Amino acid sequence: MIDIALFIPCYVDQFYPKVGLATLELLERYGARVDYPQAQTCCGQPVFNSGSFDAAKPIADKFLEVFSSYQYIVCPSGSCTSMVRNHYAELVPDRIAELRSKTFELCEFLHDVLGAKPEGRFAHRVGLHASCHGLRELRLASGSERRVQPFDKVRSLLSGLEGIEFADLSRGDECCGFGGTFAVGEEAVSVAMGNGRIADHERGGAEIITGGDMSCLMHLDGLLRRQKKPIRVMHVAEILAEATGGHGHT
Amino acid sequence: MDTREGMTTEHPENAAAFVANDARLKWHDESLWFVRQKRDRATSVIPEWETLRALGADIKAHTLSRLADYLEEFEQKATALGAHVHFARDAEEHNRIVHGLLARANVTRVVKSKSMLTEQCGLNHYLEAHGIEVIDTDLGERIVQLRHEPPSHIVMPAIHLKKEEIGDLFHDTMGAASGTSDPKVLTEVARGRLRGNLLAAQAGITGVNFAIAETGGVVVCTNEGNADLGTSIPPLHIACMGIEKVIPRAKDLGVFLRLLARSATGQPVTAYSSHFHGPRPGGELHIVIVDHGRSAILGREHYRRTLQCIRCGACMNTCPVYRRSGGHSYGVTVPGPLGAVLAPHIDPKKHRSLPFASTLCGSCSDVCPVQIDLHQQLLLWRGELGHAELIPLRKRAASQLAGWVLARTWAYEFLGRIARWILPKLPKALLRANDWGRQRELPPAPKESFRELYRRRRGQ
Repeated sequence: MIDIALFIPCYVDQFYPKVGLATLELLERYGARVDYPQAQTCCGQPVFNSGSFDAAKPIADKFLEVFSSYQYIVCPSGSCTSMVRNHYAELVPDRIAELRSKTFELCEFLHDVLGAKPEGRFAHRVGLHASCHGLRELRLASGSERRVQPFDKVRSLLSGLEGIEFADLSRGDECCGFGGTFAVGEEAVSVAMGNGRIADHERGGAEIITGGDMSCLMHLDGLLRRQKKPIRVMHVAEILAEATGGHGHT
Repeated sequence: MDTREGMTTEHPENAAAFVANDARLKWHDESLWFVRQKRDRATSVIPEWETLRALGADIKAHTLSRLADYLEEFEQKATALGAHVHFARDAEEHNRIVHGLLARANVTRVVKSKSMLTEQCGLNHYLEAHGIEVIDTDLGERIVQLRHEPPSHIVMPAIHLKKEEIGDLFHDTMGAASGTSDPKVLTEVARGRLRGNLLAAQAGITGVNFAIAETGGVVVCTNEGNADLGTSIPPLHIACMGIEKVIPRAKDLGVFLRLLARSATGQPVTAYSSHFHGPRPGGELHIVIVDHGRSAILGREHYRRTLQCIRCGACMNTCPVYRRSGGHSYGVTVPGPLGAVLAPHIDPKKHRSLPFASTLCGSCSDVCPVQIDLHQQLLLWRGELGHAELIPLRKRAASQLAGWVLARTWAYEFLGRIARWILPKLPKALLRANDWGRQRELPPAPKESFRELYRRRRGQ
């Protein structure tokens, strides 16, 4: 049996526990043995991206201590996964190799490792927000800048669901403007970017904006709710867990 | 990389001022996105685009690995062709050399084709202070020159201006009919004026896009042909280039010409790629090669790759922050992601906000025709600024505190519980008085965290 350590980002743990549960249920549905190591806190990205590499180092050490013994580490966030896989090299260079090969973003794990083809029903029009770190640091999709064979792992997982429709976006993979502390440090540009993304999803007729990073969705949701717009946000794990409930396919 | 003074580079404040004008913001964003889309279309017809990028990056990396040799080879070949080659340590020396050449030839009227290097060096002001009239012949560059402001983009210097504003400017300065905003008419007005400037010029200054070590020639790319006119009428041609502009062989040029125009404007090739191999008969060609901080970057392993840059501006066009904050918000000649990694090399304190003017979305790295890992460099700069204690104290203290908490499970759990308990109880006014809450609702504050739900579920 596949042995998975669930790595739940700190803000998901605190503010979006349902996303954590959806992730857990989804992975169990695919027959994995999932453990949530309770000593975990955060990958350290907010501190690291703020320029405090020194303060981020003990967090990376802790991460290693908590997760090293597992076969796989799976996380419902492209950004936090990329922090471990790509940026821990700055913090724990000698121990990065073991982490790199076994740390996965949830959709990537379902798609690449489990070869999952989720079946179920989700009769909604969704706008797929391609989160930047998942897109360009984990290569979950081909990206509009590069001239490579097009692919999109998140979309291909969702597209098997019955009744699902995708909103057509004029800028398929532009950043939402969250950017961690950027959202407060550069409030004006951050909000302008978020509003631009929302307008694009609105034009595409999205009922729900989904994506693999709750942080981007938190920013968009904050704008949507303040402006009292009818669009909802859902993490892709929530959609998959809801749609595949009671099915259990691999 | 900049000698411009008197401008703050507190990017968030400058950007907020730009964002405040919603109409301009949308229009600026869409204009640049239009160019980005043109770039996408122009690159999609090149099946080997990604290979071409890798090849361009490799050639540049190789050149940088033995830059001194290639510069020496270039100097020998160019001199053999009859050009004069000068080396300048910094902006000041560059300006002195150029002025010296002009003064020796009693030049008082100069035409200049677009050159970001001379912008960086503040050449126009320097020459004007010495009684020499400098007319920029690139249309966009001429527009910002007439407005007494710096360019806001390295390829499209006046992209921040609307055609109506240019109409007003040309009415005031060139006698265009009042209320003219037709770009074609405005271009004709400018062209008519420039003709007189070109005919009266005693010297022409150009930038350099590529300097070929093997042949000793320099190549200048323009869409308006202004570099050709500016160098074929007056007898003295001064070409100014950074040390990183050299490429090894003539046959490498094809790689870069294909990458440059497509990435810059979405054109298959720039309208005019002018080759200057030695002076024209009876004329003089001087090539001024400038360091101005570049060799220091070359000496820094992580940042070396920024010298691969061919100045196409694609990183600016794609950058969602640049598109919404305008080039002037960066307070440097080269704005956008590239400028944000170059500027701190010159003055890290002055430009400390620039590496943070990014969401680290990575689009700049993927669009770059020579594969510079721009967003990684922005991140590295953040670490370096943090290490040098150049990040404002409040931000540093917050990071240190967060770092302490996040390394301790009990502290993290405890503070998380307090935050979820207190947030719903805080008065609305307080929540809406901070940088998150002013325009966004806060995330929900559930009673139980995931770990609490998990424990319950597992019966722990």
